[in-house]
This record gives sequence, structure tokens and C-alpha cells, in this order.
Amino acid sequence: MGDPLFIHGVDLAVFVIAVVKVVVAFVVLLVSVMLMIWFERKVISDMQNRIGPNRAGPFGILQTLADGIKLFFKEDLMPTNADRVVFKLAPYLALLPALLIFTIVPVGGVVTIAHHTVELQVADPAIGILFLLALSSVAVYGTMLAGWSSGSKYPLLGAVRASAQMISYEAAMGLSIVAVVLESHSLSTRTIVDLQASSVLHWNVFRTGVIPFLIFVVAVTAELQRPPFDLSEGEQELVGGFHTEYSSLRFALFFLAEFMNTITMSAIIVTLFLGGPDGPGFHFLRWLWPILWFAGKTVVFLYGYVWVRASLPRMRYDQLMDIGWKLLIPLSLAWLLIIAAIEQSRLWGVAILVACVPIYFLLQRSRQVSRRRAEMQAVETERARSRKDPRSVLFDSLLADEPAGGEH
Amino acid sequence: MHLFLASATLPDTITFAIAAAICIVGSLGVVVSTHPVHSALMLVMTLFGVAVLFVEENAQFLAAVQVIVYAGAIVVLFLFVIMLLGVDRAESIAADPLRGQRLTALLLGLLVLAEVVLLGRGRWPTGAHSTAGALNQGTKPNVNVLGTSIFTTFLLPFEITSALLVIAIVGAVVLARRPRRPVGGASSPIPSAKGLTGPPEAEGDDTDRGPLQMGVEDLEDSDGLEAGRPGVPATHGQEGSKS
Repeated sequence: MGDPLFIHGVDLAVFVIAVVKVVVAFVVLLVSVMLMIWFERKVISDMQNRIGPNRAGPFGILQTLADGIKLFFKEDLMPTNADRVVFKLAPYLALLPALLIFTIVPVGGVVTIAHHTVELQVADPAIGILFLLALSSVAVYGTMLAGWSSGSKYPLLGAVRASAQMISYEAAMGLSIVAVVLESHSLSTRTIVDLQASSVLHWNVFRTGVIPFLIFVVAVTAELQRPPFDLSEGEQELVGGFHTEYSSLRFALFFLAEFMNTITMSAIIVTLFLGGPDGPGFHFLRWLWPILWFAGKTVVFLYGYVWVRASLPRMRYDQLMDIGWKLLIPLSLAWLLIIAAIEQSRLWGVAILVACVPIYFLLQRSRQVSRRRAEMQAVETERARSRKDPRSVLFDSLLADEPAGGEH
Repeated sequence: MHLFLASATLPDTITFAIAAAICIVGSLGVVVSTHPVHSALMLVMTLFGVAVLFVEENAQFLAAVQVIVYAGAIVVLFLFVIMLLGVDRAESIAADPLRGQRLTALLLGLLVLAEVVLLGRGRWPTGAHSTAGALNQGTKPNVNVLGTSIFTTFLLPFEITSALLVIAIVGAVVLARRPRRPVGGASSPIPSAKGLTGPPEAEGDDTDRGPLQMGVEDLEDSDGLEAGRPGVPATHGQEGSKS
């Protein structure tokens, strides 16, 4: 294994290889973001029976470049109420995690260049997948600070929504990652990928039982704020969400970060659950073949995101939170326990499974009770309201939350 | 520490110097900046510097957890509280909320510094460097050693700590929960709210000046002019029409 953080010093060749890797990864990411935006617009227009971008370049493939240049030359506005430093800092905080997460994704196998064994990934730190969790928790800052520093209401609301959503779904995401780590006995993405090699049945989708995979995909979609979980930029309510006040290059950075995150996260899904660069077929292509497999699998997920965006309506905020906290987290926790027990012995697995059943019914029961209670309360309020002069209802509903109100 | 060891390589030294500078600048920033949000951001910067130092010391897991827990959860929580409670105003440093606070802080800081120096100089405080043996055993990453140690030797303290956290969460939920309003026509809060606000006519007026009105006023206030009061812009307008 390599020495990704150069703990034991560097020599020139290692240094050059590292620099080349970083530059290649950076360029590839930028180009693929460009293609991704074009791809999304084209596919969506196909699904909506229109043509889509077709002016710049063949099939409009250079449309993103044109848009980027346009944004670059636009006037850069700064709201009067904005916190100047934080307002400028936020776009970079949004972009940085998107770039960095890609460094731990193994895009191919291992090649030998000038007697140096080189893994086709930028870095393979010992903490591996924890790096993903660390950076996705940093990504919250970009969103949150952008909304807050704009000094206006809609961005703040959008940012609070977005960051609450990201924090909530991080838990489910983390728990389904733990299931993968449990199966691979390692945090390193390279080891996780290596253990899935040689047969489709060894892929973590099947080894962990499909559920963590599904949870991870849903959680990642929410984490990315892609439709149907893109409430943070609900146009009807919040204008544009946390980046409403941004324009020009800074807006472009947010846009870039959003699509880069989509690509990176699809790559992470492929790495964790679908064997990364592993796949059957023509090995005469040697090192290129795994890379093609990897790219192919990633594109499938990218297409999936576009497809979902074109076909599903946006969710309601309480539904979103319900799914996150009341469905995904308990489910992934229970599944994690079952997997861990099976790792010990079959008997333990069955025992835990049996133990999960009453807990499930208990949870169901508690949800039912709380729902019924809320309904009863709603009926009460409605009844009280109908007795009142309609003009003062709004005021009452504002005051009804005062705890001191009951005393007088 | 690396600076004083012969075994430290050049990249090590450079990394240490940069990370230490980040830490020092960040922690000074936390204390000096007058704006709570800026302070919180400086804290994040300090935490990142410390995380880099952890990596430098080959404690990658600690570094990751540092970022995930402190930068990812705790400071985000700080920011939420700052933003939602609306205390995001700059404070003047001149005012001293508690008498003698600064002197005490200085003394305590010196005490902590002395402790750190003592801890750093040798084994005097505990008598040993590590309780679970070397953290890096052969090729295994130290996450494995740490995990084994926590879940075998130190299982009981670990579980007690997690129980403590659960108790704290339950306590927070219980404390933050409002007592349930009695449900029922007679004791519903609406009549009492009426009693608070006086005669229904006035109440009706207030209702008309509901959130919609407030929103417009806020927008007018946020023009950045000091002349937010009703009289002042009017005179401005008259002058404008005269000239």
C-alpha cells in the first residue's frame, strides 16, 4: 500500500506522480461537470419533448462553457446587508468538499509507471471513507454561511432548510456506510473495492443485503439536495434558496459545486456498493477497462438522478423529515445490528432479527399515537377557530404558542 | 515537538509549521473577533489545524473524528443557535460582563499552559505514554488497534460514557418540552389570549398589522438608512419634490 500522506517523506518521482494525479483528477472533474450539466439539460428536454441546448458546439455540448463565460463576465453584486467576508468565503466552502471527496474514489486498478506502483486514485488515506463523512459535514458550512451572510430572508430560510436536511440525512448515510465497512473490515476505499472484485455476487450491494444500498442512495439524494428532495430551493417559496443573492462567478461556483457533488456522490455509490472499477470482460484493454467500467456505472447513476428530477414532484418538508428520521435511521440501524450479528453467527442473526420485530411494532404504535394526537389537536383548534371572528384568527394562532397565555 | 526531533523530515516540519500557524491564528481569532459567527468560523479553522496535527502524529482516526464531531456537528450547532436566536450582532469588547473576568481568564489560561508544558515534557502525570500499547502495530492502521482497545479493555467506560450521552439527550428533550396545553373548549388558550390583548377592536387592528405588514416594515428598515422612523423619510421626500 502506498503512503498517501507522505508520512515517511517524499522523493521526486512520488512528488511528480502525486501532482499529475491531482491535476488529472481536477481537470477530469471539471470537464465531467461540464458534460453533466449538458447531459442533464439534454435528457430532461428529451423527456419533456423539447430539443434543449443545440447552439454552442455539436449537439450544444459547449453550452455549459458558454454559460460559464457569460456568468464570469456578469456584474458581481453584493447585498448591502451582507457580511462581506463570509459572503465571499461561502462559495469556496461549498466547492472544496466536492473537489476533495473525489480524491478517495478509486477510478481504476493499479498500474506501474517507471517502477512505481500507482493506484488510480488521488489518495488512499487510512481513514478512507471517514474522509467522506468529514467532508460532507464541512459541506454544510458552504450552504449555511451562504444563506446567513446574504443578510436577507429567503436565503436564510433556504439555508436553514438545507442544513437541517443535510445533517438529518448524514446519520442514515453514515449508518449504511458502517454496514459496508463491517463487511470489508476496512475503512480504506481501495480495500473496499478490492474485496468486491472478481464476481458480481461479491459486490457490497449483495453482501450487505440490498437495504443499505437503497438507504444510501436515498440519503445521498437528500444530501445533494437533488429532486425530489430539493426543498431548499423551492422556487415557489424561497426564490432560489440559499444562493438567491449570489450572482456572477460566485453563483457559478455554487452551480459547479452542486453538479460536482452529484458526480462525486455517484462515484462514491459505485465505489461502496457496486464494486468500483470491477467488472467482467475484455482484459486486453488492460488498465483502461476498469476505468471504463467505473465511468459506465457512474453514468447510470447520473442518468438516474436526471430521470428522478424529470419525473418526481418535490416532497413536503415534514414528509422529508419523516422519511429521514422515522424510516431510514431506524431501518439502517436495525439492519446494521442484523449484519453485525450474522457476522458473529447465524443464531445471533436470527435472535436480533426476532428482537427487531417487537421494536418495529412499538415504533409503529408510537407513530400512530402521535399522529392521532396531532389530528385531535388540529380538530380542537379548528373548532375553536370556527367560534371566533375570522379577522382575529391569525393573531390568536400567533399567540396560542405563548406558554404564559394559559395562566390568565 | 517535531521541530526538536532529529527524525523530523522537511515535509513534516513544514506541515507542522503551517498547521500550528493556522491553530494560533484561529484561536486568536476566536477571542478577538467581535462577531459571534466569525468567532465560530475561526474555531472551525483552529479545529482543522488541530486535525492536521493529529494526522501528522499518525492519529488519522482522531483527525477524522475531530472534523466530523467538532467541525461537523458541534460548531454547526453553535451556528444554528447564533443564527436562529438572532444574536448575530457585533459586540463591543470594551464592556466587561463580569468583574475581574479578564484577570481570571488570564490566570486560568496560564495554569492550562503550565499543565500542557508539564504533560508535554514527560511522563510525570500518568507515568506512562499509552495505556493500550503502541497505536501502530505493523501494517494495521491504528483504527483497528483503537477499536479493539475500546471494545475489549475499555468496554465498560465506553458504554458508561454513551449512557451518559443518552441521559443528557433525554434530559434536554424533557427540559425543552413545553407542558402540554389542556385540550378542550373551556380551557383552550384563545379566550385568555383575548384577555391579554384588550378589547376586540384593538385586536382587529393588530391583526391587520400582522406578519405581512411587519415584513414590509422590515424591508424598509433594511435599506440601511438610519432614517427608519416614519417622520424622517417624509421630509426627505418633500425636499426632493421642492428641488
